[in-house]
Amino acid sequence: MASKVIQALYTDDDILMHAVKKVRAAHHHIEEVYTPFPVHGLDKAMGLADTRIAITSFMYGCLGLAVAILMMNYIMIEDWPQDIGGKPSFSYLENMPAFVPIMFELTVFFAAHLMVITFYLRSRMWPFKNAENPDVRTTDDHFLMEIGIHDNEKELTDLLWDTGAVEINVTEKES
Amino acid sequence: MYTFSNRLKIGSFIAMAVGLICLATGFLTAPSTVEEAKAMVAAHDDGHGGGHGEDALHNSAAADDETVGHHGTETHSEAHDASHDEHLLHQLQNRPWSALYVAAFFFFMISLGVLAFYAVQRAAQAGWSPLLFRVMEGITAYLVPGGIIVFVILVLSVLHMNHMFVWMDAEVVAEDKLLQGKAGYLDATFFLIRAAIFLGGWIFYREYSRKLSLAQDASDDNSNFVKNFRWSAAFLVFYLITESMMSWDWIMSVDPHWFSTLFGWYVFASMFVSGITVIAMITIYLKSKGHLPDVNDSHIHDLAKFMFGISIFWTYLWFSQFMLIWYANIPEEVTYFITRIEDYKLPFFGMLAMNFIFPLLVLMNSDYKRVNWFVIMAGIIILFGHYMDVFNMIMPATVGDQWYIGLPEIGGILFFGGLFVYWVFNTLTKQPLQPKRNPFIEESRQFHY
Repeated sequence: MASKVIQALYTDDDILMHAVKKVRAAHHHIEEVYTPFPVHGLDKAMGLADTRIAITSFMYGCLGLAVAILMMNYIMIEDWPQDIGGKPSFSYLENMPAFVPIMFELTVFFAAHLMVITFYLRSRMWPFKNAENPDVRTTDDHFLMEIGIHDNEKELTDLLWDTGAVEINVTEKES
Repeated sequence: MYTFSNRLKIGSFIAMAVGLICLATGFLTAPSTVEEAKAMVAAHDDGHGGGHGEDALHNSAAADDETVGHHGTETHSEAHDASHDEHLLHQLQNRPWSALYVAAFFFFMISLGVLAFYAVQRAAQAGWSPLLFRVMEGITAYLVPGGIIVFVILVLSVLHMNHMFVWMDAEVVAEDKLLQGKAGYLDATFFLIRAAIFLGGWIFYREYSRKLSLAQDASDDNSNFVKNFRWSAAFLVFYLITESMMSWDWIMSVDPHWFSTLFGWYVFASMFVSGITVIAMITIYLKSKGHLPDVNDSHIHDLAKFMFGISIFWTYLWFSQFMLIWYANIPEEVTYFITRIEDYKLPFFGMLAMNFIFPLLVLMNSDYKRVNWFVIMAGIIILFGHYMDVFNMIMPATVGDQWYIGLPEIGGILFFGGLFVYWVFNTLTKQPLQPKRNPFIEESRQFHY
């Protein structure tokens, strides 16, 4: 569905923050904001929900710990409990201190890598993906706020000029 | 200005009085002859009935095995029995002394840990913490009485009032090649001189830094602040060396046959995390009474992050020490852990749960670190865990398998806890709780995470 959007460009993150607050106060839905760097507090101003990626990471860590324990319990204790230098391979617990470095590393490995992959999937990032910037300047020194238009182009344009926009474009957007 | 609430003051006096009575009872009921000691152990076993009796049986069987292992086919001679009985007597006599020493050192170590944290905050020019400097200075005030008490206990040990440090006993050293080899360092006079230097340096920095900190409030330039910064950086160098040596002297030397290189760091982690926990708890208490209006959730969150991080750091050192020794299993090192695992199973592994697993799970969530009662609850567990840590470092060497958490131990905690609370809160009443013109005070007031 193609829809019309209005794109307001700003040159300062402070002005952008004020603009976001003003637009939200006027009950317009901000579809997206493009910035060249993280703007502290922008997510709060836009009213975005908190990320849950830390929770996924915790679960991946638990998974990694479980993998480490099951793997070493099978290999070292159940499958072939050899006497290697007098280490007590009678039960997992008795030989556990020797396994802790691996348990730790696998926990971190799973937590870190699976979380990064989750991040890529959720934010739709992969090699050869087409970049989505509406304007190349937003990767350098401009900030862009995008709002959908529902027969209120004039009102929105006035509001955005008011908030200190340096440039306003109305475009069709494929979505 | 903060006023010492009457209830807290009375509470601390009651704790001190009850603690003193418990400690005195502990000293009075300690046996003075071998016969009394044997009777006490027998009565103790009877009193606890089946479960404990079986345990004792098992222990003695293990001890027999060990004896056979060590002495080959040697039978229990009269002389051996007598020396064993005397050993038991010394253990039972040591118990109230060790309980006193563990509690005295534990509360002293809290204020020393806070002093290190305070110096780090000053040397790092942290922007978030100046609001808490008066709280930290209040806690480090306990360094003076706490340090003197620990020093007095060490002097009494040198005067042979107890048998906590076996290397102080000339008869033992005369028969012990290893201790003779260490006699150059483990010498009673040198030991006390070192202790005096450590305590003198720490107390000097505490008093001087407090003076500069107060002078900064009254002055119209930042020269006191800069001076304090330099002294703090210098103190940290002094502290790292002396803290390490202190841990060899005051703690590791109760096991004079054993040594570990990362022991100083391990003791440091324990005192650092207890200190930070106490800062957080006292800050939350004062804030809940409305005395620290500018302290917000973000300050508590930062302190809780430190509690979380340093708890894990402590575990890392604990495990590094344990695993290296367990792995190599060299007899002269591994006995340290064998006695602890055999006779102190619950305190030894329980402390790991309290100091690692509990804070790990409770303080991992960022939101929970802002919930004050959550931080207090985690703090209480962490403090108990680190009391057990000191307990596990001292007791196995001084009382062996005769340990018990009874009157003298609880009395020690109550007495020094009461003294600590009284001294700290009394110091907090002396000056306004918020520094006036620290260069970072505005940043700290606005601190938000």
